Amino acid sequence: MTHLNPKALPNERGYYGPFGGAYIPEMLYPNVEELKTNYIPILESEKFQKDFHKLLKDYVGRPTPLYLAGNLSEMVGAKIYLKREDLCHTGAHKLNNVVGQALMAKHLGKKRIIAETGAGQHGVASATVCALLRLPCTVFMGSKDMARQKPNVMRMRMLGAEVIPVESGSKSLKDATNEAIRYWINNPSETHYIIGSTIGPHPYPDLVARLQSVISDEIAEQLQRQEGIDAPTHVVACAGGGSNAAGAFFRFIGNGKTILVGAEAAGEGVDSGLTAATIAKGTPGIIHGCKTLLMQTLDGQVEEAHSISAGLDYPGIGPMHAWLAKENLAQFVPVTDKEAMEGVKTLTRAEGIIPALETAHAITALFKINLKKEDIVVVNLSGRGDKDLDTYQEYFKNEEAQLNAV
Amino acid sequence: MNPLQTLLARKKKNLLSLFFTAGFPYLESAEDIIAAAEEAGVDFLEVGMPYSDPLADGPVIQQSSTKAIANGMTIPLLFEQMAKIRGKYEIPLLLMGYLNPVLQYGTEKFFEKAAENGASGIILPDLPMDEYQEEYEQLFQKYNLSMIFLVTPQTSDERIKKIDSLSNAFIYVVSSAATTGKQQDFGQAQQDYFKRLQAMNLKSPMIAGFGIHNHQTLQQAWEGLNGAICGSAFLKKLEQNPTPKDAMAMLMKDLGLQ
Repeated sequence: MTHLNPKALPNERGYYGPFGGAYIPEMLYPNVEELKTNYIPILESEKFQKDFHKLLKDYVGRPTPLYLAGNLSEMVGAKIYLKREDLCHTGAHKLNNVVGQALMAKHLGKKRIIAETGAGQHGVASATVCALLRLPCTVFMGSKDMARQKPNVMRMRMLGAEVIPVESGSKSLKDATNEAIRYWINNPSETHYIIGSTIGPHPYPDLVARLQSVISDEIAEQLQRQEGIDAPTHVVACAGGGSNAAGAFFRFIGNGKTILVGAEAAGEGVDSGLTAATIAKGTPGIIHGCKTLLMQTLDGQVEEAHSISAGLDYPGIGPMHAWLAKENLAQFVPVTDKEAMEGVKTLTRAEGIIPALETAHAITALFKINLKKEDIVVVNLSGRGDKDLDTYQEYFKNEEAQLNAV
Repeated sequence: MNPLQTLLARKKKNLLSLFFTAGFPYLESAEDIIAAAEEAGVDFLEVGMPYSDPLADGPVIQQSSTKAIANGMTIPLLFEQMAKIRGKYEIPLLLMGYLNPVLQYGTEKFFEKAAENGASGIILPDLPMDEYQEEYEQLFQKYNLSMIFLVTPQTSDERIKKIDSLSNAFIYVVSSAATTGKQQDFGQAQQDYFKRLQAMNLKSPMIAGFGIHNHQTLQQAWEGLNGAICGSAFLKKLEQNPTPKDAMAMLMKDLGLQ
């Protein structure tokens, strides 16, 4: 049975303090209500737990290592452990949630899976598990993201998923989510919508956080073994919608000894107008069915986010994180596109690990927070960088060209 | 009673309502549309407050919202436009939109201004029922506004009864499980659904929306329920025709009313 930290759970209506809830049109009510009624009994059933943990172990490749990054530790000046979610099958933490939700869909008798995706990691994870469990899968992806994450589009199609380009609005994650929700409205009874992050109407943020909490359960166990402690001094994770951060924080929320740090995508800069730093720039409102912080105009129109990383390019953030920030239970550090690219270089050269662009924000955040030599810091290495090689090549080529011009 | 309630007390059958997005196709379109609708004998209007992320709506309404926002439509501007024509037309007006822009405008101020500028009621599809009861019902009462709830073919009888008890104008019957503008013609499923609703003997009149676009769908809604709301089909006409008056004439022709 998964360890459940009561401080990480919303109330029965899905509220973390003032954030959360289910602001959905009537057309979605039966679907969401069905999930709300069933998710905890299913999650807690012996059969689910057995199937879930077996797949996590044999298919996803869990537990993922907690690796003491010696070179990086020296550079930062503290003991840095990397939680190697990048070693999960399909290359990111996303699979934890998808395995759980797809099993749940089967329990609920659903015949089809839909998903939205930004960077494509959640889409690939969904396509993968659907291939395994023989469920038809439709993934909604912004056309802008399809262009910048081509290998993942190819993977999804190879796995048998239908990838539907979304041309509306920002052509990225926000509108992919809108289209997935609309599809769900139009095909309610047989479809399960696997949301990829701790966003959306209750019970999704809680459901996804619970499924990802395996990350912090393992961290606690591994630290006990490797360091003889039950909690680190710091956990650092990047946060777009916030699922990897929720999973890495979960067990340590409100424990009074672990400083939780979320790295937000600042894009061109927090005050540049081209940012995805929702905790820094957002105001309370509703996005995708939950009350949280989001970037919006004074008239309440949702603004487009900007980040070089498709996975963090989202104008909202999960309600759990909005609440953690409000209660000072976590701190959020903005990291610009440029700084994230430095993080990519740093980790690649220091440890021989090419991180995902999203994850690189967390690496950079290590250099922006106050750390002491005796601190024991866990960075959630949420994903690997294969999908970003085109972006890296392009960026570093430009950088070299600039250097050569000087 | 507000003007909508007065209308519904007087007219029980064959009600016709139109939805349009304020600020679409041009920023000052609202008055022209209201004038054309009143002249054509439309019973009441839903004025859409455009939102960037309208989850319940299909591409037609979504695109009209994007265009209206680009044209500069906002809630304060809509209230200004309504204030200017206050008293000039008799057709009851409802405001329809998503909760977030209302929250940002200021909830109580929104209700106050809506009532002051002549609205009879408000449709907020993403306002949860329990939150309505706890925080909003008293505001609706204070400003003499009607809240309009939606029901769909998936809504349980128990929930429909609760919605009926909370309603003081009409129930908005979503014709099928779909976003707006998705439906072709009404089949057996819709007719059975209308019959099921009729058999429940609810106190509120029921008006069907989503999919009303021609003579057949209008007649089926009128036969099965108390009225019909036409949205996407009207927006298409507004887009295709030079003036709202022309659009109205074309729509009425399609609906077999002219």
